[in-house]
Amino acid sequence: MDNYLSIFTEYDVPGAFWVNIQLTFWAALGALLLGTVLALLRISPVASFRAIGASYVNLIRNTPLTIIILFGVLALYGQLGFNLGGDFQGNFFRLAVMGLALYHAAFVCEAIRSGVNTVPLGQAEAARAIGLSFLPAAREVILPQAFRGAIVPLGNTLIALIKNSTVAAVGSVATEASSTMKTMIEFRADIVIPIFLTFAVGFVIIVIPVGLLTTWLSKKLAVAR
Amino acid sequence: MKSDQQAQASSDGPIVELTGVNKHYGALHVLNDINLQVTKGEVVVILGPSGSGKSTLCRAINRLETIDDGKISIDGKILPEEGKALATLRADVGMVFQSFNLFAHKSILENVTLGPIKVKGLKKAAADKLAMQLLERVGVANQAGKLPAQLSGGQQQRVAIARALAMRPKVMLFDEPTSALDPEMINEVLDTMVGLAKEGMTMLVVTHEMGFARKAADRVIFMADGQIVEQATPHEFFTNPQSDRAKDFLGKLITNH
Repeated sequence: MDNYLSIFTEYDVPGAFWVNIQLTFWAALGALLLGTVLALLRISPVASFRAIGASYVNLIRNTPLTIIILFGVLALYGQLGFNLGGDFQGNFFRLAVMGLALYHAAFVCEAIRSGVNTVPLGQAEAARAIGLSFLPAAREVILPQAFRGAIVPLGNTLIALIKNSTVAAVGSVATEASSTMKTMIEFRADIVIPIFLTFAVGFVIIVIPVGLLTTWLSKKLAVAR
Repeated sequence: MKSDQQAQASSDGPIVELTGVNKHYGALHVLNDINLQVTKGEVVVILGPSGSGKSTLCRAINRLETIDDGKISIDGKILPEEGKALATLRADVGMVFQSFNLFAHKSILENVTLGPIKVKGLKKAAADKLAMQLLERVGVANQAGKLPAQLSGGQQQRVAIARALAMRPKVMLFDEPTSALDPEMINEVLDTMVGLAKEGMTMLVVTHEMGFARKAADRVIFMADGQIVEQATPHEFFTNPQSDRAKDFLGKLITNH
């Protein structure tokens, strides 16, 4: 037992999880913004905008996250010298956030679009009938109801994002949880299974409240019809 | 000065004018060469069997339905295809739907003030005042803070009328406004509409309420199979219909009621 507990003094386990939470926070913010724009494109009355939105979603959603993150580090930074500022580690962190945000934006877009489908067509017609054009109608009438209808799928995307933040390991974010776990396993092969379990349980503890919160929110904020 | 004259000229013409309007749903010719003029202050009731195209006609006037060919103009201005110009023109056309379509996440007051604030640029205080006057007039001012789902159907439809009136429309379109209501709520909505008609609002009403047509209409239009079959004053239409389709339609009403 002391043998196991020693890993917590040798390595900064909570700190590693904290890196994932930070990755998740910034990537979620970026994905929510970009995903909302993409959803607007996909429901826009202009056919070419819809095509742009659909192309992005189909391209990014069907590309493995690992490839997107590696592309950021090896191609954008390594080959093209694309630098998002900060020191060496800071740049990798930001590149990983960018990759996570770009990837999950496609899923956020589809979650919001499923929310839009919960809004009856008559709501959009009524908005148009009082003279609102597309963007004001979307902002005032469609999106507020769509987000409430999309809380659960958005929560699922957030849960996936939390766990996918470990892919930042391939993007040279050496301080995040799965990188830390890999290092620990290399040096403490005697307790491989407890180390695995530690990180598995750690993620479960982070993710469970998200699921509970979104279920509660979706009931509380449901639009009465 | 010039713009004054133009405004004068346009308000003398018909408020709504449809010329040679056609629309198909696949093989179904749902609007067949429709020609119709509604003058200022006129109340036109459109009657006809289900599927005759009367709702489509009503919805085409503010382009909730597109048309294949023909011309629709509101107060002298041809209905644009999309964009800001269309939104501006729609603001002048009030629409009341069969299913009310109140904004489900907004309070009754916000439902009425949204258009004046976002489309007409009214300050919130002024919009609130206007909205409360209109809610008072349709008799639901005491519900202003509630959400639509907390109101009865009749109350919701009266709020929808107030929401349309808040835009100071040149014409009001009613697309079967009482068809989704329980029988005891139909009259409260019809009374509101009769009140509007008496105040001189230009109205185009698709309905199955013959009583309303008799009481408030200046002209009855009878549609069947996408065509305007007959138009007459309510008295003429109900007492002496000319076409076989209209006689058949009215005959069925009498035997059923």
